[in-house]
Amino acid sequence: MGDYMEKSRYKELVNKHQPTETRSQNAFVAFVTGGIVGVIGQLLTEFYAVFFDISTKDASTFMLVSLIFLASLFTALGFFDKWVTFCKCGLIIPITGFAHSMTSAGIEYRKEGPIFGLGSNIFKLAGSVILYGVVSAWFFGILRLIIMGG
Amino acid sequence: MIYINSFLFCGLICLIGQLILDNTKLSAGHITSIFVVVGSFLDTFSIYDQIINYVGAGALVPITSFGHSLIHGALDKASEMGIMGLLMGMFDLTASGITAAIVFTFIFSLFFKPQN
Repeated sequence: MGDYMEKSRYKELVNKHQPTETRSQNAFVAFVTGGIVGVIGQLLTEFYAVFFDISTKDASTFMLVSLIFLASLFTALGFFDKWVTFCKCGLIIPITGFAHSMTSAGIEYRKEGPIFGLGSNIFKLAGSVILYGVVSAWFFGILRLIIMGG
Repeated sequence: MIYINSFLFCGLICLIGQLILDNTKLSAGHITSIFVVVGSFLDTFSIYDQIINYVGAGALVPITSFGHSLIHGALDKASEMGIMGLLMGMFDLTASGITAAIVFTFIFSLFFKPQN
């Protein structure tokens, strides 16, 4: 019980001394960096559509793969972690965060061996996205089939 | 114009995520999972498709589009195959992203060491 009191007291203190500017600053940085990632995505999509002469839909798949590649590469090279620490949700919410979580888990657990290290832990962070995405898509899909008939 | 829309929409999603992250106890894992569910919910009534028409890639880059793509592929297949199509088409549209992420992760984790 004493331990619990200490913890809640600690949280109170932390909350009191946490400057609110940091929160609004975080939000602003996330907004700007997230927006920039969106614009880069749009630029890449239009570039691919013209360069390879393909439809916008195919070009957007190319764009997503490019962003995943860049995020994985930058994570492997080591400086993407610093970007994520600075931008937070600006890079976590876009697809770059998905690639970042997989690559950082992969590189970190690689030393524990190829099966129980890399293989078991590659989806350690990204797995929840796939799990809840698939389950909710299945559930909403059935709902839509029942309500609207397809 | 579509660039401005992309910037605003993608930025707005990230802003909402950051506000949730800073003001609640939820972690980044919670938030990305919630956003995927929200994306697939919005596509249940084809709302997300219309958002994509307006803002282009700005709606495809955030993780919400992952949920959108999952249910979109599933429903496309379901219109041909009935209820089994939901299971068959689930990964149709997201296969490229997941495969790319797995392959790049495997290659990079073979060749790179942890930095810290």
